[in-house]
Amino acid sequence: MSETWEPVIGLEIHVQLKTETKMFCRCRNGFGGGPNTQTCPVCLAFPGALPVPNRRAIEEAIKLGLALDCTIAARAVFHRKNYFYPDNPKAYQISQYDEPLCSNGRLAVPTADGDVTIGITRAHLEEDAAKNVHVAASGRLHGATATLVDFNRCGTPLIEIVTEPDIHDADTAKRFLQLLRQTVVELDLSDAELEKGSMRFDVNVSVRPAGSGELRTRTELKNMNSFNFAAKGIEREIARQIGIYEAGGEVQQETLHFVPGEEDSPPIRSKEEAQDYRYFPEPDLVPVHPPAALVERLRAEIGELPGARIGRIADTLSFYDADVLVTGGLDRLWSALVGAGADAKEAANVLSNQFVAAGVDPGTVNAAELAKLVAARAEIPRAAFDEALSKAGDAGFAAGPYLEQKLVADAGELDPVIERVIAASPGQAEQFRSGKEGLLGFFVGQVMKETGGKADPRIVNERVRAKLSGT
Amino acid sequence: MIDALRLTAEEAKKLLDAREISGAELFAAYAERDDDLHAFLYRCDDPGGDGIPIALKDVIGTKGVPTTAGSKILESYLPVYDATVAANCKRHGLRLLGKTNTDEFAMGSSTENSAFGPSRNPWDPARVPGGSGGGSAAAVSGGLAPWALGSDTGGSIKQPSALCGNVGLRPTYGTVSRFGVVAFASSLDQVGPVAKNVRDCAYLYSIIAGRDANDTTTVEVPEVELPTAQDLKGMRIGVPTEMNEADGIEPGVSAAVRKAIELAESLGAEVGECSLPRSVDYGVACYYLVAPAEASSNLARYDGARYGLRSDGDDFREMVMATRHDGLGDEPKRRIMIGTYALSSGYYDAYYGKAQRVRTMIRREHAEVFEKFDLIVSPTSPTVAFAIGEKAGNPLAMYLNDLLTIPSCMAGLPGLNIPCGLSEGLPVGLQLIGPQFAENTLFRAGHALEQALGFDVVPERLR
Amino acid sequence: MAGISKDEVLHVARLARLELSEDEVARFQEQLSAILDAVSKVSELDLADVPPTAHPLEIENAWAEDEPRPCLSLDDVFANAPERDDDYFRMPPA
Repeated sequence: MSETWEPVIGLEIHVQLKTETKMFCRCRNGFGGGPNTQTCPVCLAFPGALPVPNRRAIEEAIKLGLALDCTIAARAVFHRKNYFYPDNPKAYQISQYDEPLCSNGRLAVPTADGDVTIGITRAHLEEDAAKNVHVAASGRLHGATATLVDFNRCGTPLIEIVTEPDIHDADTAKRFLQLLRQTVVELDLSDAELEKGSMRFDVNVSVRPAGSGELRTRTELKNMNSFNFAAKGIEREIARQIGIYEAGGEVQQETLHFVPGEEDSPPIRSKEEAQDYRYFPEPDLVPVHPPAALVERLRAEIGELPGARIGRIADTLSFYDADVLVTGGLDRLWSALVGAGADAKEAANVLSNQFVAAGVDPGTVNAAELAKLVAARAEIPRAAFDEALSKAGDAGFAAGPYLEQKLVADAGELDPVIERVIAASPGQAEQFRSGKEGLLGFFVGQVMKETGGKADPRIVNERVRAKLSGT
Repeated sequence: MIDALRLTAEEAKKLLDAREISGAELFAAYAERDDDLHAFLYRCDDPGGDGIPIALKDVIGTKGVPTTAGSKILESYLPVYDATVAANCKRHGLRLLGKTNTDEFAMGSSTENSAFGPSRNPWDPARVPGGSGGGSAAAVSGGLAPWALGSDTGGSIKQPSALCGNVGLRPTYGTVSRFGVVAFASSLDQVGPVAKNVRDCAYLYSIIAGRDANDTTTVEVPEVELPTAQDLKGMRIGVPTEMNEADGIEPGVSAAVRKAIELAESLGAEVGECSLPRSVDYGVACYYLVAPAEASSNLARYDGARYGLRSDGDDFREMVMATRHDGLGDEPKRRIMIGTYALSSGYYDAYYGKAQRVRTMIRREHAEVFEKFDLIVSPTSPTVAFAIGEKAGNPLAMYLNDLLTIPSCMAGLPGLNIPCGLSEGLPVGLQLIGPQFAENTLFRAGHALEQALGFDVVPERLR
Repeated sequence: MAGISKDEVLHVARLARLELSEDEVARFQEQLSAILDAVSKVSELDLADVPPTAHPLEIENAWAEDEPRPCLSLDDVFANAPERDDDYFRMPPA
């Protein structure tokens, strides 16, 4: 990246709340039903229908606001945002405008060089739109012949979080998003699954001469459904803008729509149509005035937040390990393993590699049993260890049966197998002896296979080398 | 014989309870009368039962019964759920006679804006019954319904009641659910009763009022007292100068109202002058910004996508534009455009934002008056019923019909119209306005005055 | 006179998705100008210190518990639909 340019990045994140019901009606919120089976006069905008806010959604927005160190408004108001679209049945979205529930917060994002604090402009409640299915002979959006609409998602609760343009590199943007995701997951507000769309984000990117403090034309990056993809997209966009300025050009204000699954192809560009949303206070709803007792109860429900835990764990492990453990939701199990006697580094390695691969919910694991396995990892066959991890969440899980599957480390037992393997491949043995050291792995692999993975790889290595060298 | 023109709901109930008439006979007494006033857009078959029949303004959603709001865009619309007020009526056994005519989306003061043609005034069919709830008012005074529900945004219950010579209540904002009622302007719309006398009006109000979990702008309501008192002892009645001496009040209207005020004094009320200096001056301007702004948003859902009329268009945007062009009449279009303009970028502060502050000022002025008075009085309408077509070409002139009903609506206050005499052979309405939740005071005063006035609610030509 | 230009009429009509014929544009321009002129009366008042009223009642915190209630049947969902395609609402392309 050019030294003379400073990127300015702001994020807008939508998190879908996992309440039982929608934001303004009591239709079920969630996947599962056939199209339009989770709808009623309110979310279909039939004449005369009126919105009724979901109390839990309001509480959860306040809770997230508190976790993001926001000011909780003494009086918050819902506004109507007016626009016509097939997925917007009232032709207005109930959202919040100049009196949001939460504002002026911050989230400290730990990095290897210390915390970077990102300002939170606001966090507010709004309702989601329906899902449009564009039907076309060619299957392409632009040649669509009709729109089919499923209103099941329409009116489900969203929290929109808007950051200050405080972010200056793609990696911090990515870390912020990961940390925010982990925060909402731990507050139990949302699944925040990018693939399912229960967490979505838009990124505003501009660049300016370093140290200038000006705000130049920004572009908006939409539809990126992974954190890595976002980081890559931001980097590319920064480079593109710098290229334009350095060639004497001007960046145009536009929206870049990424196509999920086609992450290497360039995004679709569209001009931002000047919108006039005609916001005004939603007259069907009364203001929200969060009672102090409610705010205090919600504050008390918030435990130690992931950002703080990364800092704490990084005192023991590397920042990298701490970050992976916490944003992966693994650090509580890690602490339990260490508490039960496992080596800190060893436990972190196991969790962030094999355990993640096993796909077990860390909250269900019996840490004391797993700690025994982690401590004995070097002596247990790999296959047995992996199997143990995959069962670690089962009721009645115990380390005992896996610990018994000790690796075969006895040379007396291993040598006949090794001799057989070498005898079967005389050509390769000859090549090894004439200096092709890399073939050692070939023989070790054969022996591990023959022993069903139960041989101790360190001993096998030793003995194979000895046998090949003829000692 | 059932005298459909004169029988009150209370009397009808006595006859039903004593089994002197059957429910079917009662229903037929109204249902079989010719609707030459075009009070109804739709008349129902007798659903059976022994309750009192009722007519509902066609903005009130009724499950399985057409609900058009007087608009072509909803001509084919059949609600799949009942408005809360319709459900309340059903729960009390009230039987639906039909849906009454209204200016399109309740926007108007004469029913001439109905997409299905105007209703006529029972006192003189060449004249309008007022609006927007002209159909309900005409039905009650024309012997087509013992009572009815209307809806009032800036005078749509009170003004038609005045022009047709019956009793209409616009309740305190928030006392009657709006759930299921086709919305015009959410912060102003209120459903209310239209009846032949104040006791019926109070009784019908008691059936529909109260907090509804489906409408978060509703509140619990004080218990409704059916009025019995014949006097007004101890009642302090204010006469706001600006509302009684405004330009455009016809002399005959002024005279009838003045007489009623004198009568109130003779019944023991303490009558005094008061002032609402800016509410009358700025009320109409304020109203014609706030209501259209909300309407522009409320009527945006009529896009041809999920119900109602759909016109052809190559894409969604064209379809919506064509549907709204074909389905909406001039008055909704005018108000949608005024409201859109008032909310649009660059104009919000000067128009909508300013109107909201004027609204605060109007509330404050009224609150101050009610520190000294229990209620205030004025003409309901500056004029008696005007001829069909007389004002149809001039929207602004039509808007001024609401000059005296609008200020209290902006303040969310209850208002009762009672007939107080005739001018040029046509009814004159007296408007009684109280502080929020003072319906019982209005009923008490209205009832005592009604007894003393002895106004015959049956139109002269029908007697 | 406050007035509204032909372009402004077309602009608000577009925002409100109202197709207007030439005749209508001319008629509405005249009528809307007269109405806007009348409602502009609110600008005479200096109300900088007066807070806005969005609602005549001063109530707050009206909400419902997060408990599901039955949804509509598909018959009711589509009872008034101009066009249904399987269990979707069908409309011209966005």
